Amino acid sequence: MTEQVDDELWSAVADPSRRKLLDLLVSNGDVSASWLAGRVPFSRQAVAKHLAVLERARLVSRHKHGREVLYQVEAGRLDQATRAMAVLAAQWDRRLATIKRLAEAAHAERRRGDRHDG
Amino acid sequence: MQGLTIERDVLVEAPPEVVWRTITEPDQMSQWFADRVDLVVEPGAHGYLQFGDQGGPVVVEIVDPPNRFSFRWNYPGGQEPGTGNSMLVEFTLTAEGDGRTRLRVVESGHELRDWPDAERRRYADEHREGWGEFLDRLARVLAEFRPQRRR
Repeated sequence: MTEQVDDELWSAVADPSRRKLLDLLVSNGDVSASWLAGRVPFSRQAVAKHLAVLERARLVSRHKHGREVLYQVEAGRLDQATRAMAVLAAQWDRRLATIKRLAEAAHAERRRGDRHDG
Repeated sequence: MQGLTIERDVLVEAPPEVVWRTITEPDQMSQWFADRVDLVVEPGAHGYLQFGDQGGPVVVEIVDPPNRFSFRWNYPGGQEPGTGNSMLVEFTLTAEGDGRTRLRVVESGHELRDWPDAERRRYADEHREGWGEFLDRLARVLAEFRPQRRR
């Protein structure tokens, strides 16, 4: 399995408003666009636009439930996006661990030097 | 916060002045970041980072010793890094008493990188090994937040 992340996925999750909608969908399951619009500080039209982008990126899907259209998160795709970010985060963890080791070694070296001088 | 942002931190058992040298001196940077670092650490200075047989330009933004250091980089690529085409890396150093330092890093701009899919795949492949455990943990956390189907 590759950590391939396509442009649509990157740009879909890059927007804070869309991440807010994803948050709501992840914690609440199948909900309608108007339910979402009642819980975000932007217009219903904006919600519809963001949902369309998320749907194109295959991060959400919709289905009919009676007369309502409900949206749900596509967990596999969300995992893919989160994994790609985790890879980048792990890279920084490794770099910070190296910085820590180098700085602590330099500090110990300097303290040893001070003791010899004094 | 705009865009995709990575935020990490670490507690270092050394004072900020020592940590500062580790993150800003090119011969030290080449041990934790690129294989070779050609850079003068001054605001606005342009340099180059070499990773294996590839490399990319780097531009220094903020140099405020021993508290803040930031730069933009663009790898792999030949374009000069600027807003809209590169990653911004921001280090913040905070003294924590007993000669310790909290080192925080924020990297933003990943969604702006313009690189071909093959390159992106290779980059991800190169950095995946050894991270299985971390990814497993993340997957478990994600699983707990999965929506309950209400059918």
